[in-house]
Amino acid sequence: MRIPMCAARRAHRFIALPAVLCATLLLAACGQAGPSFHSTDISGAAFGQDFRLLDPDGRQRSLADFRGRAVIIFFGFTQCPDVCPTALIRAAEVKQRLGAEADRLQVVFITLDPERDTPEVLREYTAAFGADFLGLYTTVDETRTLADEFRIFYRKVPTGGSYTMDHTATSYVYDPEGRLRLAVLHAQDAESVAADLQTLLQSFSR
Amino acid sequence: MKRIALASLFALAASSAFAQVQVSDPWVRATVPQQRATGAFMHLTSPADARLVEARSPVANVVEIHEMKMEGDVMKMRAIEGLDLPAGKAVELKPGGYHVMLIDLKAQIKEGESVPLTLVVEGKDGKREQIELQAPVRPLATPAAPASGGMQHRHGHH
Ligand SMILES: [Cu+2]
Repeated sequence: MRIPMCAARRAHRFIALPAVLCATLLLAACGQAGPSFHSTDISGAAFGQDFRLLDPDGRQRSLADFRGRAVIIFFGFTQCPDVCPTALIRAAEVKQRLGAEADRLQVVFITLDPERDTPEVLREYTAAFGADFLGLYTTVDETRTLADEFRIFYRKVPTGGSYTMDHTATSYVYDPEGRLRLAVLHAQDAESVAADLQTLLQSFSR
Repeated sequence: MKRIALASLFALAASSAFAQVQVSDPWVRATVPQQRATGAFMHLTSPADARLVEARSPVANVVEIHEMKMEGDVMKMRAIEGLDLPAGKAVELKPGGYHVMLIDLKAQIKEGESVPLTLVVEGKDGKREQIELQAPVRPLATPAAPASGGMQHRHGHH
């Protein structure tokens, strides 16, 4: 709702005021609406507020652990040959593009397949994409509850005496104060995600 | 077509003397210990209309031909009965599309090794051809369109 309102103000002021003054006022008027992103701005969303999961060392983790850093989370499973590596490679490239700001982004991979993604597998898997990437897990039941809370669809699909998984490939971005801000589609490239993180990080001091 | 020329060179090196289907740029994604599945990727070009109907590998107990599709932002992966190889057209098995799925791996797939693969291709006349190849293992974090051995593959990017 905030964006259309801002556009309406913009139109109004453009008629009434000289351009320079207008721009100044626009910044003030639209400051509340926040910056614009390539990803979907879901600021204020009522879902996906926090998680309580275990890291491979068995420590409990929640968003509060990452205060001061933006967090990008992705849900997947390690036996995924395609989408999950692609998403984690993108996250690695995003960090690279952030340069000096790279340490202000925490990448979190949450497994939807805790039965097969043991802590050891998670640790090794995330490390293959980034030394500081974190793999998190919980029980099978809690995984279902969590995924529902985060609006992540997933389903086991039997194949070859085993199973694969269909799952939502959207990543979420939290700001350094732990608020859910962006939904990043699988098709988005690293460049646009990095640009969004730069925009987001700019409004928070180190 | 530089790509076709390179592809045929590779196929000559990689497959049996009678093989007609050309395989280029095959690779398998490395795994971490205890990870029990991964994907194999390559380009296939058949001189005549044919169909990839089966894949086998000694490294996995189950090998399937898979199609990956996005429905909305949900990833779906399914085994398919076969993959059509239209005459003269390079069919790509790559992240974001088709792959050969190696399931129930017998051991970790390590970077720098190569994975033996057998592809079974059926012609219009129902005759089957087997193609043997060795697919090099690339790092787990290999992007969809990796630079590879001097071959200039340019895939479309979103
Ligand atoms: Cu697959």
